[in-house]
Amino acid sequence: MKELSLNILDIAQNSIHAEASFVQILIDEEEETLKLSILDDGRGMSESFLATVTNPFSTTRTTRKVGMGLPLLKLAAEQTGGYMTISSRERALYPDAHGTDVVALFYKNHLDFTPLGDVISTLVSLVQGSPEVDFYFCHTSPDRCVELDTREIKAVLGDDIPLSSPDVLVWIRATLEEQYGICD
Amino acid sequence: MKSLEELKAIRERMQSKVILREGTNETRIVVGMATCGIAAGARPVLNTFVEEIANRNLSGKVEVSQTGCIGMCRYEPIVEVFEGEERVTYVYVNPEKAKEIVEKHIVGGKPIVEYTIGAVEK
Repeated sequence: MKELSLNILDIAQNSIHAEASFVQILIDEEEETLKLSILDDGRGMSESFLATVTNPFSTTRTTRKVGMGLPLLKLAAEQTGGYMTISSRERALYPDAHGTDVVALFYKNHLDFTPLGDVISTLVSLVQGSPEVDFYFCHTSPDRCVELDTREIKAVLGDDIPLSSPDVLVWIRATLEEQYGICD
Repeated sequence: MKSLEELKAIRERMQSKVILREGTNETRIVVGMATCGIAAGARPVLNTFVEEIANRNLSGKVEVSQTGCIGMCRYEPIVEVFEGEERVTYVYVNPEKAKEIVEKHIVGGKPIVEYTIGAVEK
């Protein structure tokens, strides 16, 4: 992946595929590190599947027998000297607290650090594809804090206007650009 | 946060349109957004379709949606256009081709044969 934001899009699609109704995407930047957390309340994975999930030959897809999403994120983190961890609570065992947490730590000054890239397009793509899912995004760094909570947007829009409406997507892009200080 | 007042204005503007919109989508543009598609550049392709459809005020007639892996990863980014019973599969799509597909196929009604899987597989 050319940008970390593409890994984020890919991993968050796993959450949606796992029937999550709420997905949190948290980026926590410090002086030297970037910590990415993608937390969902989806159906979770069994311990045996979890043990094999970073192996590319482990996948839920039915069109072929390889899945590259998590291995690619793990590689991107480890090549900077960082790590990736996954924990998961299967729905059968945790009916009230199921879900999966993926956390990856990157060292930003490492030569092989993949830049974050266009995280705004990632969020707009997620909302466009899954307007029914609630997303909470928070990017904190020493100099700023960018936040998006689609539950707040839904509260204003009501039930009959989907978040995937073009006007709403334009508003979401604009609110993120404003917070990142990107202006036309 | 950008003002919630603007969102309220969007709501009021759209509520009048909602009833008209339902069930009128005649055309569906489906973009492959699995790992393979994303790595090959599907995200800007998706966003280009969304913007073009919005800018041309086609949202009532054309729906843009996402799908997983179609099983032909080497041809990604793959875009399928459904019109009634007809399906056209475009391969190696980029934002420029996406604009062209909206202009010539969606608006103009003529599929761009040279971008389809049939032309590439020969």
